[in-house]
Amino acid sequence: MFIQDEDTIVALATASGVGAISVIRISGEKSIELVDEVFSGKIKLVDAHTHTIHYGKIIDSKNELIDDVLVSVFKAPHSYTGENSIEISSHGSSLIVKKIIERLIEVGARLAEPGEFTKRAFLNGRIDLAQAEAVADIINSRTEASLRGARNQLDGLLSQKVNFLRNSLINSSSLIELELDFAEEDLEFVSLNKVMNQLQEIEFEIDKLISTYNFGRIIKDGINVALVGKPNVGKSSLLNYLLKEKRAIVSEIPGTTRDIIREEVNIDGILFTLYDTAGIRETEDVIEKEGVNRSVETIKNSDVVIFLNDVQSGFSNKLFEKLKTYTNEDRIIKVVNKIDLDPNTKINCEVKISAKTGEGIDTLFKVLKEKAIGSETYSEKSAIVSNIRHLDALKRAKQFLENAKESIKEKLSGEFIAVDLRNAESALGEIIGRVTSDDILNNIFMKFCIGK
Amino acid sequence: MRKFDVIVVGGGHAGIEAAVSAALMGCSVAMVTMDKHAIGRMSCNPAIGGSAKGHLVHEIDALGGMMGLIADRTGIQFRTLNKSKGPAVWAGRCQSDRKLYSVEAERVVSNTKNLEIVEDSVVEAFEENKKIVGVKTAKGEEIKCKALVVCSGTFLNGLMYTGFNATKGGRFGEPPAIGLTESLVKMGFVSGRLKTGTPPRLLKSSINWDILEEQPGDENPEPFSMRTPKDEFPYLPQLSCHITYTSPEVHKILEKGFDRSPMFTGLISGVGPRYCPSIEDKVVRFADKERHQLFLEPEGLDSDLIYLNGFSSSLPVEIQYEALRKIKGLEDVEMVRPAYAIEYDFFPPYQVDLTLETKLIEGLYFAGQINGTSGYEEAAGQGIVAGINAALKIQKRKEFVLSRNESYIGVLIDDLVGKSTDEPYRMFTSRAEHRLLLRQDNADRRLLKYGYEFGLIPEEMYRDLQMREILITKSFDYFNQKRISPLAINPLLELKGINKIDNGEIIGKIVKRPELSLKEVLENSGLNDDELVIKLLQNPKALEQVEIELKYEGYIQRQYELVEKMEKLEKIQIPLNFNYFNLKTISAEGREKLSKVKPRTIGQASRISGVTPSDISILLVYLKS
Repeated sequence: MFIQDEDTIVALATASGVGAISVIRISGEKSIELVDEVFSGKIKLVDAHTHTIHYGKIIDSKNELIDDVLVSVFKAPHSYTGENSIEISSHGSSLIVKKIIERLIEVGARLAEPGEFTKRAFLNGRIDLAQAEAVADIINSRTEASLRGARNQLDGLLSQKVNFLRNSLINSSSLIELELDFAEEDLEFVSLNKVMNQLQEIEFEIDKLISTYNFGRIIKDGINVALVGKPNVGKSSLLNYLLKEKRAIVSEIPGTTRDIIREEVNIDGILFTLYDTAGIRETEDVIEKEGVNRSVETIKNSDVVIFLNDVQSGFSNKLFEKLKTYTNEDRIIKVVNKIDLDPNTKINCEVKISAKTGEGIDTLFKVLKEKAIGSETYSEKSAIVSNIRHLDALKRAKQFLENAKESIKEKLSGEFIAVDLRNAESALGEIIGRVTSDDILNNIFMKFCIGK
Repeated sequence: MRKFDVIVVGGGHAGIEAAVSAALMGCSVAMVTMDKHAIGRMSCNPAIGGSAKGHLVHEIDALGGMMGLIADRTGIQFRTLNKSKGPAVWAGRCQSDRKLYSVEAERVVSNTKNLEIVEDSVVEAFEENKKIVGVKTAKGEEIKCKALVVCSGTFLNGLMYTGFNATKGGRFGEPPAIGLTESLVKMGFVSGRLKTGTPPRLLKSSINWDILEEQPGDENPEPFSMRTPKDEFPYLPQLSCHITYTSPEVHKILEKGFDRSPMFTGLISGVGPRYCPSIEDKVVRFADKERHQLFLEPEGLDSDLIYLNGFSSSLPVEIQYEALRKIKGLEDVEMVRPAYAIEYDFFPPYQVDLTLETKLIEGLYFAGQINGTSGYEEAAGQGIVAGINAALKIQKRKEFVLSRNESYIGVLIDDLVGKSTDEPYRMFTSRAEHRLLLRQDNADRRLLKYGYEFGLIPEEMYRDLQMREILITKSFDYFNQKRISPLAINPLLELKGINKIDNGEIIGKIVKRPELSLKEVLENSGLNDDELVIKLLQNPKALEQVEIELKYEGYIQRQYELVEKMEKLEKIQIPLNFNYFNLKTISAEGREKLSKVKPRTIGQASRISGVTPSDISILLVYLKS
């Protein structure tokens, strides 16, 4: 367990979920340089004065736009934490927030612990002891809350699974340590091939957990759906139907020339966020072009795209081809609307609906869910990763296992393999709150006859 | 009334190091021991070192301690364990001549200036205002002191068992120490009971040696101490050990005696070590194992005794006898002394600080088995730390605490204080998170500076190390940029049957190949005229260090990164009088453990079992107020 006060920490500062704007806060000595790495604006933020606001873009590793943002710069000691800090105001989408935070982690930030900004504020003398005591209470209550959370089924299953994997890893480690500390004993030492196989199995299971993250995220944050179709195929009617019948909440994403309508609807416990796009036709009109760009971005960021047609104008091949250039084909659901006008339509679409009568809408959401979550089905009995911190720990554990396997391949002696196995254990231990290193010795004493 | 700066209770492995180091640092020291000929007597196996224990001996040696020297002078078999593995787990081990070891230890102690041997036993300790002021002995003498180091081994209320037969004593044929425990408990200390055992001693001439598997020592034995002159080593003729095994038949006989085992019937309440189980324990817990390995270790050059390593027991004598005679090679064996178990008082070590001074009474130090450890090396490691600290305190100098990332001794004491295990604590390399850095070969590079600072290591030796450090650093940097040509090195590679190089390659890179040593590479580098290369080839100690650092560069680097991460937490101090009951928000268990251990730093606090990460966060918040 490390507390790295010199680290740059990042977290969403506003409530997660619905909101027009999200504010992401970054703090730490190197926070400004770090944001400069992902921010493209008129000037470098390191050159900016404290308490100034700058418009610019957050760019991903492939130099593609994540979001247009406003960035506030606070220089030490004149910030909430007393350190160099940045606040990024992005559009209020949990997907965008996630991408920006992931991008910042990519360039060296780490996710803040609960209450960590306040803790730093206190440590740097920005708030007094009474306030800090209040924070200590918060830290503690959050821990208790997360303990309670651990008892709920999702997290409980994950803990069980991770605990199981960690125990398997401790078994493998024990085999290696046994040979180092008890070479004199009359014991049969393990072949490294066997350890290799064990590590491979553990890594396979870790991979499986990592792959549930998408599902876990969706359970937590919902499915992002872009609605694409030619004018008048019934996009608005579909949204209106949901608004009326399914009590959807509508909001607009501001700050763009052509606002995108966003609608959130909860069906069977899963949150769907539908984005009505402005169209993706080629255009010379400057204002319209901005709208097109915005739509394309929405499509790229969506988990699923509804491609809406209607029985009257038929399937729009040209638009479909265009759409395929922005997103993977298997993410697109072909839907035909207005089947109340022609119940026997021959148009070849996966889902047939009527936004007027509501026919087929439930099927549409079922298909949406399948598409987003993928062919892999997770029952309530599966361990699911939904927390980015857990994902991070699993990824690190995987990397350490890779290192250990590499050491085995290079025929290095056990103590070198053990270094990475120990790190992998501690990464898994972070998820379940176990950090002791005595477990290996205990395991050896339990399983092997030691002692002359 | 006699007066000493330091009184050391006990002349065992902890007592020797404590008394000698404090005396060499200029304190007047009294070593109180019942029998001066028992100084350095090995209670259990006649051996020093082994996995992780060899590391401890090298560390004690680098600090200026005596154990390595005495072991080198009295060893009758030397081996380096784990030689097929990497240098971090190489560990020296020797069989000692039990008698000579004790004679040599007594000679070392007797010849130490400022050190007086008092043949007596301490029955009471005195304090004034929570400061130690003196002791009373069994003969009725009162002696004043400024510091008291208790190294009582298994003697405090020692009780030896063979079957239901219990004898009071601290070691075979020696009386126990009575009174001191009670005196310490009266001061407010908490005591507990631990148990350990020792195997039977057999008559050498009654063993059928011809049919046993022989285990000789190394052909080119390595001494423990860097102060041992290589040309005189080994001092004594070298002997072999032998190996035999138990059988299902033997196990059946042992089982017959289980109803008279003081362990199984609950007579002994103390907890024994899991890594050193009695033979009856092994038979019960590993019922599916058909045989257990036993070592026949010589007790000395002219000794008639053989130590049967692996057969410790507290079963009745007749059962031991019957079982022994069914073992291969022991068909006609004569048992000179049966195995016995011993139960003794210890003081759960959360009561001492990292200096080994007790938290309750100033000037009072505990070292060795009294802190719940097992093993001569673990005891000696604590002894030297306690002795040095007692002297430093009297001289009003800064205390001496070794960290986990620089020594096994640091790991040992940190574990003891923070974890307070309920079984005798033995060192293992896996206990050290920085194992790759804590090697025998670099013990001097890690610790010699302290030995020198305290006046326990001669200046010349320290200067020599400093020169070597410069050579190591220079060579390391040089070889990490100097290229070697295919022309020069390819013949060697071809000879070894490994891939040749097409272009010039960096020396630091080519030496990472497991088949190559740095020496070979340099000799075939075409750099025969290079001054640095010549210098390094003439300095095998430096050469070894450069080779290890180059070969395992990536791993060593990663360990250093881990050290740096941990250092941040180690640097945040917690005041000793910190009141954890003010922290309403930390967990109940965390609060209890923290109040008990009173950790000095956040790092230490974070390693205490039962203290959660969130407890640490809260503590951090409070501390910076």
